Amino acid sequence: MANTDQTASAPELDSKVDTSESTISIRGMHKWFGDFHVLKDINLEVTRGERIVICGPSGSGKSTLIRCINRLEEHQQGSIVVDGTELTSDLKNIEIIRSEVGMVFQHFNLFPHLTVLENCTLAPIWVRKMPKAEAAEVAMSYLERVQIPEQASKFPGQLSGGQQQRVAIARSLCMSPRIMLFDEPTSALDPEMIKEVLDVMVELAESGMTMLVVTHEMGFATAVANRVIFMDGGEIIEQNEPNEFFTNPQHDRTKLFLSQILSH
Amino acid sequence: MTDSTTSSHYAPGTHPDLPPPRRTTGVVGWVYKNLFSTPLNIVLTLVGVWILYLIVPPLLDWALLESVWTAENRTECWDKMEVAEEAACWAFIKSRLTLFIYGFYPEAERWRVNLSFVLLIFAILPVLYDKLPGRRHWMWYVAAFPFLVGWLLVGGLGLAPVETSEFGGFMLTLVIGVTGISFSLPLGIALALGRTSNLPALRILCVLFIEFIRGVPLIALLFVASTMLNYFLPPGTTFDLLMRVLIMVTLFAAAYIAEVVRGGLQGIPKGQVEAADSLGLSYWKAQRLIILPQALKISIPGIVNTFIGLYKDTTLVLIIGMLDPLGIGRSSLADAQWAGLAREVYLFIAVFFFLCCFGMSRYSLYLERKLHTGHER
Repeated sequence: MANTDQTASAPELDSKVDTSESTISIRGMHKWFGDFHVLKDINLEVTRGERIVICGPSGSGKSTLIRCINRLEEHQQGSIVVDGTELTSDLKNIEIIRSEVGMVFQHFNLFPHLTVLENCTLAPIWVRKMPKAEAAEVAMSYLERVQIPEQASKFPGQLSGGQQQRVAIARSLCMSPRIMLFDEPTSALDPEMIKEVLDVMVELAESGMTMLVVTHEMGFATAVANRVIFMDGGEIIEQNEPNEFFTNPQHDRTKLFLSQILSH
Repeated sequence: MTDSTTSSHYAPGTHPDLPPPRRTTGVVGWVYKNLFSTPLNIVLTLVGVWILYLIVPPLLDWALLESVWTAENRTECWDKMEVAEEAACWAFIKSRLTLFIYGFYPEAERWRVNLSFVLLIFAILPVLYDKLPGRRHWMWYVAAFPFLVGWLLVGGLGLAPVETSEFGGFMLTLVIGVTGISFSLPLGIALALGRTSNLPALRILCVLFIEFIRGVPLIALLFVASTMLNYFLPPGTTFDLLMRVLIMVTLFAAAYIAEVVRGGLQGIPKGQVEAADSLGLSYWKAQRLIILPQALKISIPGIVNTFIGLYKDTTLVLIIGMLDPLGIGRSSLADAQWAGLAREVYLFIAVFFFLCCFGMSRYSLYLERKLHTGHER
């Protein structure tokens, strides 16, 4: 699975050695919101190309966990190493990691004052210093991949929720990330639009992208995930490959959760 | 068409789009809906028309139809009217027009003021109208404009120097207004960013500045500028009064702009910052490309409101002895040849200010419409 990757960060070769297996390595990580202990002793290794679905009841810390990976949230203890770079308060490292890790949000968070195309070309132009024409070309190729090239000159406010989320995915892909984080990407969508977004995500998974997906779409988990992680109360309770996870949950809390979301 | 009300004509799924009922669209529809839709609405419409009838014809008579445009003094003016003192004597304004425009700016050098005015138009154009061809290059000129015009008006470096105490009239209003508006916006934005920053020292500094300026009347600040500032400066330094006024007016407006922009910043959902962060944009790039364009758009009505206030407040410099249009008007009325023609003077000044402020207001509406990009978020 770990192809011979052409990493740009040459000076970090030695730290690369022990992480060649793991593209994300979280060890003994804790986080508090004020007094509230939201993540407790998280240990997680993600190998390149792995597709992980994270589920759990609301407030279990699953969103916070993936938001720690690109430092939208700061962790207070333990270590997070992404692609050989450790997340510290060093702004330079944070910006490097953020440009390598794409994120898709529940509420899309498209930039409403920019057209769809401008949403997609903004970061390549301003962060990667890509020439405008090239950025537009790359953006159009990704908009084709998510099947909405014809909407390129519209503003996000003129699109449906499903279309907006696909634009958001294309916007992240334009930075050619090595890892994609999805924070409940279909939770804010009308039922008939969920499928068009999931289709794009399945296609992305088939292309070998490393993906961490917080979702309750168990069909998606069964279809594409290598591993399902169940979180509750800020802890990773159980993790397993999808079939085993759904048919043979080990932990009582997992069983309860599954019975609640699968009961209808 | 007549039987469009009988609905069972069409098979399910084949119903075409029909035109709306008559009298709901077009002129008739508009008049009915907006002027005569309810009994109360009818009464209000009639009362409105009656009030307009009471005000407009006499005003037109006084200001235009019966008015006198050429006369040497007020008695000659009154002699020319059917009933003395019952119409406007614009001859007075005409005789004082150069004073109203240039103040006491030396006659031989007035071309410099005229040229500055033309330059101002060419500087405002690329700022207000973003489809101007070659706008990027125009902006260099806009950046150089304040220094260019500063040199033109004050002189030096080959031009005869003119004391700023000789500035006056509408020219003085424009100098203070344009300077205040163009410098207070960037300063206000910087203060707003400072006040919402994560750095406590910077934040406290900005809060103190904003709250101090907002807590003190502009007149008090102008008095400080005209009298007290000399005590704080090293002895012997002469610091032009107009310059001090410009600084005070700019700081005053900047504090208000800062609060308006802060309101705009708070209206931007947190997800926008997170999206910008997650794409690897730095703080400054995120502010410049994502946050401020949206925050400023929300803030347009408040910003323009502040600008209009600032523009009208320029008349307060009258109190520290500068001759803005109101000052010129008051001193003109002291002339025995023309005394008693206060209505003409103040109406004339009011029209000038109204046109400027109304222009700003309309431009802000145009800008809001232009920047509207469908439903937000």
